[in-house]
Amino acid sequence: MGTSTSRRPPLPLLAAAVAAVVVMALPLVYLVIRVVDSGESAWSALWRPRTAETIATSLLLVVLVAVGVLILAVPTAWLLSRTDLPFRRVLIVLVALPLAVPSYVAAYAWIALLPGMSGVLAAALVMSLSTFPYVSIPLMAALRGLDPGLEESARSLGLGRAAVARRVVLPLMWPAAGAGLLLAALYTLAEFGTVSIFRVDAFTRVIYASYRASFDRTAAAVLAVLLVLLALALVAAEARVRGRASRWRTGSGAPRPAAPIHVRGRVRAAGLVWMSCVIGLSLALPVASIIGQLVLSRRRAFDPEAFLGALAGSVSASTLGAAVALILAIPLGVLAARYTGRLVRSLEAGAFAGHGLPGVVIGLALVFLTLMLLPAAYQTLATLAFAYAVLFAPKAVGATRAAVGAAPPELESVARSLGRGPLGAWWQTTGRLAWPGIAAGGLLVLLTAMKELPATLMLRPTGFETLATRLWSRTEVEAFGAAAPYALALIVLAALPAWLMSRWLGSPGSSGRRSQAPRTLDRGDAAADGAWKGAAMHQVKAGPS
Amino acid sequence: MLPHARLPMLLLPAAVLLAACSGGDASSSANGDGTSASSAGAVVVYSGRSEDLVEPLLTKFTAETGIPVEVRYGDTAELAAQLIEEGEASPADLYFGQDAGALGALDAAGLCATLPDGVASAVPARYRSADDTWTGITGRARVIAYDPRQVPEADVPTSVFELTDPKWRGMVAIAPTNGSFQAFVTAMRVSQGDDTTRDWLQGLVDNDVQTFEKNSLIRDAVDTGGAALGLINHYYWYQKAAEIGADNMNVQLAFAKPGDPGALVNIAGACVLSPSDNAAGAAELLTWMLDPSTQEWFVNETWEYPLVEGVAAPSGIPPLADLQGPDIALAELEDLPGTLAMLQDIGLT
Repeated sequence: MGTSTSRRPPLPLLAAAVAAVVVMALPLVYLVIRVVDSGESAWSALWRPRTAETIATSLLLVVLVAVGVLILAVPTAWLLSRTDLPFRRVLIVLVALPLAVPSYVAAYAWIALLPGMSGVLAAALVMSLSTFPYVSIPLMAALRGLDPGLEESARSLGLGRAAVARRVVLPLMWPAAGAGLLLAALYTLAEFGTVSIFRVDAFTRVIYASYRASFDRTAAAVLAVLLVLLALALVAAEARVRGRASRWRTGSGAPRPAAPIHVRGRVRAAGLVWMSCVIGLSLALPVASIIGQLVLSRRRAFDPEAFLGALAGSVSASTLGAAVALILAIPLGVLAARYTGRLVRSLEAGAFAGHGLPGVVIGLALVFLTLMLLPAAYQTLATLAFAYAVLFAPKAVGATRAAVGAAPPELESVARSLGRGPLGAWWQTTGRLAWPGIAAGGLLVLLTAMKELPATLMLRPTGFETLATRLWSRTEVEAFGAAAPYALALIVLAALPAWLMSRWLGSPGSSGRRSQAPRTLDRGDAAADGAWKGAAMHQVKAGPS
Repeated sequence: MLPHARLPMLLLPAAVLLAACSGGDASSSANGDGTSASSAGAVVVYSGRSEDLVEPLLTKFTAETGIPVEVRYGDTAELAAQLIEEGEASPADLYFGQDAGALGALDAAGLCATLPDGVASAVPARYRSADDTWTGITGRARVIAYDPRQVPEADVPTSVFELTDPKWRGMVAIAPTNGSFQAFVTAMRVSQGDDTTRDWLQGLVDNDVQTFEKNSLIRDAVDTGGAALGLINHYYWYQKAAEIGADNMNVQLAFAKPGDPGALVNIAGACVLSPSDNAAGAAELLTWMLDPSTQEWFVNETWEYPLVEGVAAPSGIPPLADLQGPDIALAELEDLPGTLAMLQDIGLT
């Protein structure tokens, strides 16, 4: 452990971090207060049959998506990491790209092609197709890193191929797959656009519908709190499973890469057909559908003024949101990177707990909060930006933590010993090294916020449009041609974080960050490395919408 | 420095710059200081009617009067509920909804200001509130849309109460979040009682009713055979017929028998909101909506019934006077909250 980690954090930094967590937790706390306050009517909303149906629908959807993700991800990851299938390099890039298609955009593309599509199976199909890289990417990395010696030993001790897969490979793959599945499950729970387009009465749609179609919004608030509890339960369940599944090497000897399995003939053809199907359904079909809509309706649908207005709306709200998110995230990220201790860990955990918080929940909470406590802030750009910050600041915390952690703390000590004040020393050493990483975190927040839908619908100023709300309102009236430019713009915007992630996650042993900052990893702090990868992973997908 | 680290460094300032440049747009919707809505003098409209229809209408208003308008679109009930939640803090000046019940609920909450001079007397008394707080703008009739390939004309139900018959299982489409549907449910509650209405709604659910967001989607679903019967307003059919030609449409309309709640004649209407800080602009917009030339625009564009004397109804649709819905006054529809609670209880919204 470096010397700096044993110091106590300076009080102003600690205070700023505590304040950030409090501010981020505020909407949720207020929501709970509102529910508790409404007593009897909250109670009756809770025991309505509708509530149980909603829980059942959401859980069914999560299970279906998890199954779909595994079906898509496992063969894909195996083919691309353990065989000599041709075009592997290109294919590896292509199977990461579905992350660049926000799933409600994919849902729009599907329904524009097949207008009758609806229901839980349709939603599960589209969400599996857009979230399977959450599992396939870490699984590929894990499979590549798997020491073939283990499998060989198992084989030599008399296990058959199937038994090796079940008793050796599977347990070793579970941590990678489990974390990815958790992300896919949280995404599914929080996703609003897709379930609404396919008319699935999952939590987010029911919350939004009962917010809209009721003079008493207690039921919406009750469901929102339940949704958050469900998401927390999923996180806890995954942590339990992973806690039991830790594996490590003991003893000397270096792992070697596994020799790729030669596939030829029918197996090779089948492998290529499989890859074409996966890429075709997850990527080619949505993009082709959107371009088709664009071409078909070029004449009547495109309104450049509305498009530019929506783009300007997206950019201005998201930029403000990213700025606020950085203000909240920097103290937390610096604290988490440089200091340890219970308080620091719980602050960090508090910040990360906001991850994957559904936009519809924060939207609802801020509608209540602003109307009750701060009517002047109701339906303002400021409140919308604050919502983005609360929803996406955890991404910036991860990026800040990684960037600051990669800057050697000794430089700061040296600067201090040469007479700089604490802030000056930080700015001239750590700050200079870390700010590109911190800025990247801000950019990821910005790009993610551009795709946010439900909170934007609830909180935006009157007349204020973003790319996402335009796509939404056009899709709602089945004006698919008019929606196409917005869908395309959203995909282009999402491509950037997807590209950044494929760089960060693509090659686990040799990421650029490691060569940039050998010192951090000299600490042998594999957990920090893992956390960074987790953070990078979180950063990528457009937060659910 | 890694190449990928340079990109965000370039993009972040670029994004900030773009945001700054777009400031004009953003601040016209939300003043730079972050306070609520509206550039100077703009009338803030909460519209429970769709953007497709209202946007061209208000563009015409701005072009003719020079008064800018900002619109928040939503469902009729949603925006009424929102206005009640917002109370005095509301940034809205005018509410435009497609259900007399929502207007009644706003009135009951004390949110409708007294109608401006001249507006109150512009439409017949039965299409406005008794205390001159809201007025109808246009009229519309509830109809049953049917797919003649699945249901021959002779077999089309003449009462909505037949729709819970098991022979229509999975074949009926409704739009439970739509203001017109909700008004019709309120009308059923008023004319037939809550128990009958609740049983009917439950019967629909048990009969696997299909739910849609919009009337236009129901019309299209019936047209393509996705549903056999749908409850919509008359003008959705005529708009589409004007667009693609009646001969190219499969879906047809039937009127429920006189007195049936399914034959309700309702209004799209508006009121000036009492929390408004631009009541003069809102009054001007409301007066303009009832101007004979605007009423003619409605006739030509939306195929609704004009409510102002002397403006001819769209040709080819049954005269308003011949339509006989349930025998209730529109002002009786004000218990929209009760209807919403019932729909939510049953699980339709």
